Amino acid sequence: MGASGTAEPKTTYREAMREAIREALRSDDRVFLMGEDVGRYGGCFGVSFGLLEEFGPERVRDTPLSESAFVGAGIGAALAGMRPIVEIMTVNFSLLALDQILNNAATLLHMSGGQLPVPIVIRMTTGAGRQLAAQHSHSLEGWYAHIPGIRVLAPATIEDARHMLAPALADPDPVLIFEHGSLYGLAGELRPPTRPVDLDHAAIRRPGTDISLITYGGSLPKALAAADELAAEGVDAEVIDLRTLRPLDDAAVAASVARTHRAVLVDEAWRTGSLAAEVSARIAERSFYELDAPVERVCSAEVPIPYARRLEEAALPQSADIVAAAHRAVD
Amino acid sequence: MSLARPARTRQATAAPKPAQKSARSSRAPRAVPPAGRPAARHRADLLEAMLRIRRFEERCVELYSAAKIRGFVHLYIGEEAVAVGVNEVLTPEDAVVSTYREHGHALARGITAEAVMAEMYGKTTGCSGGRGGSMHLFDASRRFYGGSAIVAGGLPLAAGLALAGRMRGQNHVTCCFFGDGAFAEGEFHETANLAALWNLPLLLACENNLYAMGTALAREHAQADLAMRAASYGMPAWAVDGMDAEAVEQAARRAVEGIRAGTGPHFLELRTYRFRAHSMYDPDRYRDKAEVEQWKARDPINRLTDRMREDGQPVDEELEQIERRITEEIDHAVEAAEKAPEEPAENLLRHVTSARQGG
Amino acid sequence: MAEFTMPSLGADMDEGTLQEWLVQPGDVVRKGDPVAVVETAKSAIEVECFETGRMGELLVEPGTTVPVGTPLALIEPTAEGAGKPRKTEDEPPVRPVPAPVSAPTAGQDRGHIEAGPLVRHLAEQTGVDLEAVRGSGPGGRLTRTDVEQAAAATTAAARARVRATPLARRLAAERDIDLATVTGTGGDFAIRAADVREAAPRPEAPPPRHPAAPGRPAHPPEDRTAAMRRAIAGLMTRANRDIPHYYLSTTIDMAPAMEWLHEHNRRIPVAERILPAALLLKAAALAAREVPSLNGFWADDRFTAGEGVHLGVAVSLRGGGLVAPALHDADALELGELMTALKDLVARARTGRLRGSEVSDPTITVTNLGDQGVETVFGVIYPPQVALVGFGRIVDRPCAVDGLLGVRPVVTATLSADHRATDGAVGAHYLTAVDHLLRNPEQL
Repeated sequence: MGASGTAEPKTTYREAMREAIREALRSDDRVFLMGEDVGRYGGCFGVSFGLLEEFGPERVRDTPLSESAFVGAGIGAALAGMRPIVEIMTVNFSLLALDQILNNAATLLHMSGGQLPVPIVIRMTTGAGRQLAAQHSHSLEGWYAHIPGIRVLAPATIEDARHMLAPALADPDPVLIFEHGSLYGLAGELRPPTRPVDLDHAAIRRPGTDISLITYGGSLPKALAAADELAAEGVDAEVIDLRTLRPLDDAAVAASVARTHRAVLVDEAWRTGSLAAEVSARIAERSFYELDAPVERVCSAEVPIPYARRLEEAALPQSADIVAAAHRAVD
Repeated sequence: MSLARPARTRQATAAPKPAQKSARSSRAPRAVPPAGRPAARHRADLLEAMLRIRRFEERCVELYSAAKIRGFVHLYIGEEAVAVGVNEVLTPEDAVVSTYREHGHALARGITAEAVMAEMYGKTTGCSGGRGGSMHLFDASRRFYGGSAIVAGGLPLAAGLALAGRMRGQNHVTCCFFGDGAFAEGEFHETANLAALWNLPLLLACENNLYAMGTALAREHAQADLAMRAASYGMPAWAVDGMDAEAVEQAARRAVEGIRAGTGPHFLELRTYRFRAHSMYDPDRYRDKAEVEQWKARDPINRLTDRMREDGQPVDEELEQIERRITEEIDHAVEAAEKAPEEPAENLLRHVTSARQGG
Repeated sequence: MAEFTMPSLGADMDEGTLQEWLVQPGDVVRKGDPVAVVETAKSAIEVECFETGRMGELLVEPGTTVPVGTPLALIEPTAEGAGKPRKTEDEPPVRPVPAPVSAPTAGQDRGHIEAGPLVRHLAEQTGVDLEAVRGSGPGGRLTRTDVEQAAAATTAAARARVRATPLARRLAAERDIDLATVTGTGGDFAIRAADVREAAPRPEAPPPRHPAAPGRPAHPPEDRTAAMRRAIAGLMTRANRDIPHYYLSTTIDMAPAMEWLHEHNRRIPVAERILPAALLLKAAALAAREVPSLNGFWADDRFTAGEGVHLGVAVSLRGGGLVAPALHDADALELGELMTALKDLVARARTGRLRGSEVSDPTITVTNLGDQGVETVFGVIYPPQVALVGFGRIVDRPCAVDGLLGVRPVVTATLSADHRATDGAVGAHYLTAVDHLLRNPEQL
């Protein structure tokens, strides 16, 4: 398997996330995992496989199909001193819990004049690309990033999958973690973090001088592939992984644009009112005089994501689209 | 996913029938006074708690009309026996989740008139720092978790509070107040199912005042016997005369004792009535005046004082003292609220998140 | 970055006190906009900037006295103000702009534009260059309608605006490069940063200089009269010491002029009526154009002719003292315009709101003491000018006309001239010209 005998064994994104949850359950008895099929089934995407056996049904808790009730219960438990990790199977079903997330989790601290922080972590799968059609392919993390009072994370690497959960649990306020469905199989060596993992900063996944490809989550591999292709054509692209979608790391974006003077935003959500739109606006606000080309956006087509492979591919941002956008800005 | 759940040995008591009867009955069984408190004293306490809510809200109407208080204000007048009766059986360690019609719950829970009034004024000394207003009263120290203005939105939260209590090995009860309107929401049914499924220490206190805002119970529920429907989740559930503080207290005691004994969530349908419109803006066109008068004849405060008189308690003297104390208390609350500082606009972004300024 | 410096508003001005900023950092200013009020020994003066651009840092606090030439603020020039876009084959042709936009008239060619703040704001919003708009208001003043019409007319022309990225614009401004001279290679031939760098690979501009001059308190108002007196004393002493004056005088029959004026004023609203003083000024200005060797400056032992006739008008101030600000291009102003400009100038001179160029620009000065009751003025020249024209009161005098004795309105015109620059014959030529003009008022 591994070419190098001394390298650490390969880990998948899924395993990294599981390891993070396991560590949290081991190290803090206030932590428990709750959601649909997280126990016996082992998690819809296999993330929590084996945890029921290790921690028992009180702490790895299967819920009925009642997103509003179990997300709300997570919020209530957090109010009462627990550190719940609530898994919503996918972002598509989170709409059934939107009331609890927006009207309770995000507002209780403020509404109560600072008396009631809500230290809950809500994880969910997001994104398209697996021919799951319109109701199972949403990318609504940008909606959640609209809401003051919550933190929104989008781990896009094995390292972030492994290391973002602990600081998320340590955050006294609600944290939403969006795991792109296409990333779970991502395999690689899991290196120990070179510096303390924080939830405030974007990461430069590839430095470059000619153009900034700014993205997050499931679009990161596409952006990196596009950067490779651009490099072969003589364009040195920098790839920025936002990592935290709220609060946005404006400084990192501005610094990158100051280096490259051109930006392509890659976001699997629909273009209108998207996170890409927000980042674009901030670039216009903060970096206007750095821009040497109009900001480009590569987003999903404004269509319910179709089932047929050819149509789905056409609807989603692809590396070739990113390369083309980069050329428009650079050439 | 299988809909079946493991059979559990638990008494899934259906609503005892006296629901209708007790609502009509003029004389409820006497509540058992807490140990060490004579029955007469206990009744006087109930009376004072109800009067505090009544007079406080009457003052709120005045202040609202004088534009001292703004926003939505939903008055509890007529329903005082519910908050007071249920609160009698809760300990300070128990948790309470309430609705947007919660002045009564807050005051009964012991939040001072001063803190509530300051909140109505939007002042920094309010129990939510002026950020909540009438609909969002909070007091973490009294485990009073609001104050939710989304109908049924507090129910899942209450289930979580109950769950945490149990996971932490505490024998606490969480009491969630909600209305007949909430019973039509999915969140009620999700929560009832979850709570019964997980055997949570949760008291579901349904204040059935017969109207979901302007929609009458019969126009909103295919089956209007709420206690019976709640029982279908496999939890003890029964209806109570919510215009009788002692009846409410007795029913709540029975439920809470059951919950503490580990028999899971209990449902109380507290049949009551608001004497005033839904909110200050409501023209109240959907209710028959005669119906309102009929319910006013069952005013829980008069009901209790009448009973005290019948039993030969010196109620008039008592009443005079209570009224004087409450007037002073509310005068003081208004005065303090008037004088209290406003939250400066520089603090606007406080309490959006704990650690960082702003969202 | 351009510097806005403490201007020299006269030969007697070595320093000035910044009294007030009329702009804030970030404000867009156009060449000729008043940006600050400077208090000199003579009066508080609105000083204008000579750059179109965006106000940068203000370097001097109000109340500070600094030497002439000290930078007061930084102005970041904008490309739009740098010049017209160069026409290339790739750009659509600039469509000729129809009326009301016309070539700048001589009178409007200067930095000074008569336009109220609303009009300026509108122009700023619509991107209309006020210097290119002819005013239809009184005295050529720009009205809102003028700007709106110009904006509509320039929409087509605006398409030919230089296309440049924000970064390219910033770099061009920093390197003082006119974007119109740069060829764009970006999308739609937009100018990009690389194009600017290629156009002039100059290093970045040096950091802005900050004034080292120590601040001194401004003159308190009660001191101003005394200070002005001292300034006038210094200047006049210098004039009388350095300038060999010669004096000429002539009496001019004003009957035709007064008759013409009477007829003219009868046809127009009272508010627009022209006073005889305007006729005198116009005549003096036209004569100065005819005799250019009296219109200019003596410096470094030689005469330099003025560019245009900017008539210094002596205005006595109510609190005492005297200023002589310029009526720019007075020779080109129609009588109505001149009248309006004169009223405005006198009003501003008396309220201490003169603009810098008005104080520094006069090429010849006229003093009219007629309203003070005197008949003849022998003035002292205002250095470095070379001539001063004086008019006395217009009075009825018995005159021989066509061999008969008649009563005529007459005025005594005098000329004080610098003998270093001209001789008596030139001066005589001048007064004759004035006389001729006033006898033929339709020429004014």
